[in-house]
Amino acid sequence: MEKLLLLGDEAIAQGAIDGGMSGIYAYPGTPSTEIMEFVHGSKIAEELNIHRLWSTNEKTAMESALGMSYAGKRSMVCFKHVGLNVAADAFVNASITGVNGGVIVVSADDPSMHSSQNEQDSRFYAKFTLIPILEPSNQQEAYDMAYYGFELSEMLNVPVMLRITTRLAHSRAGVQRKDMKKQNQLRLPSDPRQFVLLPAIARKNYKKLLGMQPAMEVESEKSPFNQYIDGANKKLGIIAAGLAFNYLMENYDNGKNPNPILKLSQYPLPEKQVAKLYNECDSILVLEDGAPLIEEMLKGFLNLGKPIHGRLDGAVPRDGELNPNIVAKALGMEIHEGQDVPDVVKNRPPSLCQGCGHSDVFLALNEVLLEYGAGRVFSDIGCYTLAALPPYNSINSCVDMGASITMAIGAADAGLVPAVSVIGDSTFTHSGMTGLLDAVNKNSPITVIISDNSTTGMTGGQTSAAHGRIYDICKGIGVDPEHLKILTPLKKNHEENVKILREELSYNGLSVLIPTRECIQTFARRKRSEKGESNE
Amino acid sequence: MKSDIILGGVGGQGILSIAAAIGLAALKNNLHLKQSEVHGMSQRGGDVQSHLRISSKPIASDLIPKGKADLIISVEPMEGLRYLPFLSNDGWLVTNITPFNNITDYPNIDDIMKQIKAFPNHIAIDADTIAKAAGSSRSSNIVMLGAASPFIDIPYEKLEEGIRQLFGKKGEELVNTNLKALKAGREFTEKNR
Ligand SMILES: Cc1ncc(C[n+]2csc(CCOP(=O)(O)OP(=O)(O)O)c2C)c(N)n1
Ligand code: SF4
Repeated sequence: MEKLLLLGDEAIAQGAIDGGMSGIYAYPGTPSTEIMEFVHGSKIAEELNIHRLWSTNEKTAMESALGMSYAGKRSMVCFKHVGLNVAADAFVNASITGVNGGVIVVSADDPSMHSSQNEQDSRFYAKFTLIPILEPSNQQEAYDMAYYGFELSEMLNVPVMLRITTRLAHSRAGVQRKDMKKQNQLRLPSDPRQFVLLPAIARKNYKKLLGMQPAMEVESEKSPFNQYIDGANKKLGIIAAGLAFNYLMENYDNGKNPNPILKLSQYPLPEKQVAKLYNECDSILVLEDGAPLIEEMLKGFLNLGKPIHGRLDGAVPRDGELNPNIVAKALGMEIHEGQDVPDVVKNRPPSLCQGCGHSDVFLALNEVLLEYGAGRVFSDIGCYTLAALPPYNSINSCVDMGASITMAIGAADAGLVPAVSVIGDSTFTHSGMTGLLDAVNKNSPITVIISDNSTTGMTGGQTSAAHGRIYDICKGIGVDPEHLKILTPLKKNHEENVKILREELSYNGLSVLIPTRECIQTFARRKRSEKGESNE
Repeated sequence: MKSDIILGGVGGQGILSIAAAIGLAALKNNLHLKQSEVHGMSQRGGDVQSHLRISSKPIASDLIPKGKADLIISVEPMEGLRYLPFLSNDGWLVTNITPFNNITDYPNIDDIMKQIKAFPNHIAIDADTIAKAAGSSRSSNIVMLGAASPFIDIPYEKLEEGIRQLFGKKGEELVNTNLKALKAGREFTEKNR
């Protein structure tokens, strides 16, 4: 079969399609978004009618995937690492229910926080839920793991985590496809109570999960993704997990490694291989693109064994993503960098697009807030978060999706009145609606601005779950229609918008304002595609 | 053979079409390829880069190590300088000279040009003007590719094939404009290196 040039994300999507997936469930988030988008563009997925609509958030995605698994079919869930926090309740309990059809959970980590609030390492979640992790070192493995992961999940009766990081997600290389597998038939679980987690059943299921651990280890020992590569110099043995393996090999001319290497891409850790490396070598260097998970396990709390080097002893920086240079330094190699960046080069932070509706919202808000003083705007995550930067300097918080409304409630409870929250349409339906119900129930003295650009802008313009229905949702949740208003954020409406904002901020209760104007990027794309279609 | 190329620019300037054209040409030559891109937050008008690695042998890392790049192609003059730590001593800096000014403290262009000219192996080209003359200001990226092409170890004809494939779906006229842009860029470098 032909070789395809695919991003790591796309390789996962293709592998899952070829591996017999019946449905993919996801909420966008860099660096995971392109997995679902690839399935959207895939002709085969269309022909096979693979379920492929965006979910409202990561938890609904995880649960829907589990439902598909219950019905016997293979499903994949995709999100960025912080999405796993949102999905965590379902994710953790899915290891207790087990699966019927295979489930792969793709969690895309973002070490160095290129587009994220933190750099949490998803492997910890998989470790404490006692399920296997697949961590590809290249695009081909990403494909192979998605292809093979469903079977592994069905064999071990647990969801399998496929953990990637930004660099692999967004890097392209050639990928060899395999023959397509058939999708599973609709088939109920053989035990009708498998998914009923009443305490008595959950206790039984949990013991089963614990009993499965040796089988998971056996799979890791014989996994083609884990590889013991011998080397003559036993002073140092190297464990290279996932992508770290490539950075390591980059430093060896002609691919010849002087030290023994354990290439690690399937967990739980293969105990025999790790022990072999430990016993044969005087010391160990652990290279992992994320937190020091393996390193901590080997080192132990009291660090009584052989020297273990890595992020904890400074051989590798404690935070941030790996690269070939960091690995070279850890190996004690010399690096010949090019010239320094000249002083004339300035930072170029991202910014709101020229003419973005969010900017009109912040210009109006800034003007009204002059009367109340700064420090009272709780924002959320989306393009509008860029208003934290000059020239707006408008917002005072960005924590997690949905936190704008609820943090404003708490601050108002503490006496910061009025408090303002700014949230986007996609974030509002993701996890702002429940917070708004809290505000309605207490009639909190806050002004909620739902800046509705009819899209999920920050991640590239995916459909927004409640497109055109934000007003009705707010009304349904119980916002007083007197204080529920739609604005049009345009320069020419500035005075009018300032007036409305001023009125609502002075109201001692809950107001919801919905500035509504389409993102100019999605608008332009829509126009282009409409034009393109009419030419054909 | 091996070419390690860093592409630089500002989010929205479309550096990935340059990468795609080289990538397609590399595939036609049965070369190995890895290309790391920036998606997400920085695409919103921030600085963006792509590491493109082509080799006759398998490639390990998706990222180019510092000091190892053979070539920087930058569609914006300040952005090219940002990646100098990656460039090897005998590498080439090929940059457009039209600034993209979306920050308040954008430096004086003369100071930027001084730094570019201080670098021995450089090509500074007015890709926007040359693209316009070739038929479309939107093909300035392909002018940049043409200007960089003498430093990429892929036959010129394969790059042309890459362009044909990249723009083929959008019609013969666009293909020809871009082939012209590619040639104009290459001629500039041949005259000025
Ligand atoms: C839990 C979680 N999931 C996904 C993301 C990624 N993400 C950041 S912003 C955003 C979209 C925001 O859309 P919207 O609120 O409509 O604002 P816009 O960007 O369109 O202005 C997403 C999906 C995240 N940061 N956290
Ligand atoms: S992508 Fe859309 S929402 Fe985001 S800054 Fe640009 S115009 Fe605004």
